[in-house]
Amino acid sequence: MTDKPLLSVRGLTIDIPVASGTLHAVRGIDFELMKGETLCIVGESGSGKSLTSLALMGLLGGRISRRASRADFDGTDLIAASNRQMRRLRGARMAMIFQEPMTSLNPAYTIGDQLIEALLLHKKVGRAAARDRAVALLEKVGITSAASRLGQYPHQLSGGLRQRVMIAMALMCEPDLLIADEPTTALDVTIQAQILRLLVDLQREMNMAMILITHDLGVVARIADKVAVMYAGELVETGPAADIFNAPTHPYTRGLINCIPVPGKTARGAKLGTIPGIVPSLVGEVTGCPFRTRCSEAVPACRGEIPVRTRHAGRQRILCVHEDGQRAASEVPA
Amino acid sequence: MSDAPVLELRNVTKTYTVKQGMFGEPKPLTAINDVSLKLGRGEVLGLVGESGCGKSTLAKVLLGLEAPSSGEVLVDGERLDGQDRRKLARRIQPIFQDPYSSLNPRKSIADIVSLPLRVHKVGDAASRDRAVREILDIVGLPARVMNTYPSQMSGGQRQRVAIARALIMKPEIVICDEPTSALDVSVQSQILNLLGDLRQEFGLTYLFISHNLAVVEHLATRVAVMYLGRIVEEASVGELFDTPRHPYSVALLSSVLTPEPGRGVPDTQLGAVFPNPIDPPSGCHFHPRCARAMPHCAQVAPRPLPTPEGHVECHLYDDSRGRAVA
Ligand SMILES: Nc1ncnc2c1ncn2[C@@H]1O[C@H](COP(=O)(O)OP(=O)(O)OP(=O)(O)O)[C@@H](O)[C@H]1O
Ligand SMILES: Nc1ncnc2c1ncn2[C@@H]1O[C@H](COP(=O)(O)OP(=O)(O)OP(=O)(O)O)[C@@H](O)[C@H]1O
Ligand SMILES: [Mg+2]
Ligand SMILES: [Mg+2]
Repeated sequence: MTDKPLLSVRGLTIDIPVASGTLHAVRGIDFELMKGETLCIVGESGSGKSLTSLALMGLLGGRISRRASRADFDGTDLIAASNRQMRRLRGARMAMIFQEPMTSLNPAYTIGDQLIEALLLHKKVGRAAARDRAVALLEKVGITSAASRLGQYPHQLSGGLRQRVMIAMALMCEPDLLIADEPTTALDVTIQAQILRLLVDLQREMNMAMILITHDLGVVARIADKVAVMYAGELVETGPAADIFNAPTHPYTRGLINCIPVPGKTARGAKLGTIPGIVPSLVGEVTGCPFRTRCSEAVPACRGEIPVRTRHAGRQRILCVHEDGQRAASEVPA
Repeated sequence: MSDAPVLELRNVTKTYTVKQGMFGEPKPLTAINDVSLKLGRGEVLGLVGESGCGKSTLAKVLLGLEAPSSGEVLVDGERLDGQDRRKLARRIQPIFQDPYSSLNPRKSIADIVSLPLRVHKVGDAASRDRAVREILDIVGLPARVMNTYPSQMSGGQRQRVAIARALIMKPEIVICDEPTSALDVSVQSQILNLLGDLRQEFGLTYLFISHNLAVVEHLATRVAVMYLGRIVEEASVGELFDTPRHPYSVALLSSVLTPEPGRGVPDTQLGAVFPNPIDPPSGCHFHPRCARAMPHCAQVAPRPLPTPEGHVECHLYDDSRGRAVA
């Protein structure tokens, strides 16, 4: 049914034991994703974006603990699933592209072997059919003379080509969900645009859902259906891309959008918005709003329980003591 | 003499020798190919172009870290190779991309920032201490960070330390190679504002290398577009961003993703295959990827043609369209 989400996450929490105690890296985040939809997660470095995606894929390191009141992927509970179940899901129905392609390409095997193995492992197909699909996908991701590339090793390819091979590998089994962690950050702007276009095209063709993690608000605006803004382990604002960009509400989201120069809008050389201060430590007990120390709208209540507020008929959600993310003139600043 | 460029490159070429594969013959790789460039006092020259086109090599030549294979570098009209490296370091300082690896983790912030003063034997301990406090204040760091270490600082704070270290010798020219690429946007904006303020206050001149064209448009006064070792277009920031001439400049600008929802990802009309710098394409190096290439573009290398505020190297703007030269 179309109105049932493909992925539904409630209260995802990730704790990491560190020397000085427990790092509460992700604290109770909620989001969902429909078939074919694109969710972009943006946010400060260290806010927990990569951990979130690794938790969904079941790829967190052994010491790291995760829990959730709900983590449903098309009927499978991603937290309760056995290692065996997760191995079957990964590659077959969920795939991931990592920021650094060399972390997932094995330098000892040819591109062809790696692509073909990815498919043989999960689908009942012959070697010849797998090889054909590998060639077809390499061509799709814009790699010329694809058949001859199958015999090459990862180190023989440029960064941009390797990233394309990674994308082809993730798509070998036609996954229902693709998680891409900063897939284009290391690339030139021209190649970035080409790869994003390609991802969007392939996604449409396969009706694949996508979670894309990035720092780049330009990328988010151009490809997201939904946006989740992450700060210090919480999703401080989530909503449709158009609303987030046209009416950003949480003080962090507004701050973020003010920081970037927008060609044609920001006057050349004018002062850019800033968010002074630094991210708080998440080791030990974390209370109140984690953004309050950097927030111009902070009031004493920000140290307490922070309510979830919904706007635009529930489509947009913010975590803030203020109804509209702004302190009333009558309120005392913190 | 205020019109004389503070920094000038005259026909600078930098060739490296590289081996392809384990048993390959050593071959020349021209990282910078006959580049001429002038930087006026107080200007911010944005340098953009694909990965591997030679931007960092150009920066290293300007800093005197690499000697050009031919051509000359002039600072205030004086040839660079005649000056000693130390004297040069007082006038030109770098700020690099990675604030994590460029600071020695075992040295305190005070030691890191005062190092150039000690190397150049400037002042005594007390005056150096004063200078460190002053420069930290200018870059927006509290004096108490003097006794802390890089590991205790955020990315933005570390980049401020790197800027303080670059500025403590009061250089005239600062070469910034991707100074904000490793930083969060919330930190990037602080550093960009700071660079803008310092320019106003001290009349600094910047060479600013970045992949982020929105940032270049924001900060630069002039822009040079590089492709495979050559500056294929140079213009004022307004001219370049409003009316780009070279097809590569056009492709570059069209791939900028502005934060405007619903507009989708543009088609750059650019092939993805970056040419091999050891064996560059004949004629115009850009012709295999150019949407507007003409037959003779594969045969004849274009020459720099003057434009109202700079130059462009492209047969489209050549009256003879390259044929006469062929
Ligand atoms: N294995 C680990 N051990 C200890 N701390 C960790 C580990 N993995 C992640 N962290 C910490 O958890 C927090 C969240 O990390 P995560 O990698 O998810 O951040 P991120 O949002 O992806 O950041 P970036 O944008 O820099 O990639 C950070 O503070 C990080 O230092
Ligand atoms: N020490 C070296 N020895 C051999 N080749 C080199 C050396 N340094 C750079 N090159 C080559 O010179 C060319 C220009 O490199 P450079 O680092 O200047 O590029 P860039 O424009 O700064 O790229 P990026 O945007 O990726 O930083 C590249 O082909 C590079 O491989
Ligand atoms: Mg990450
Ligand atoms: Mg470089």
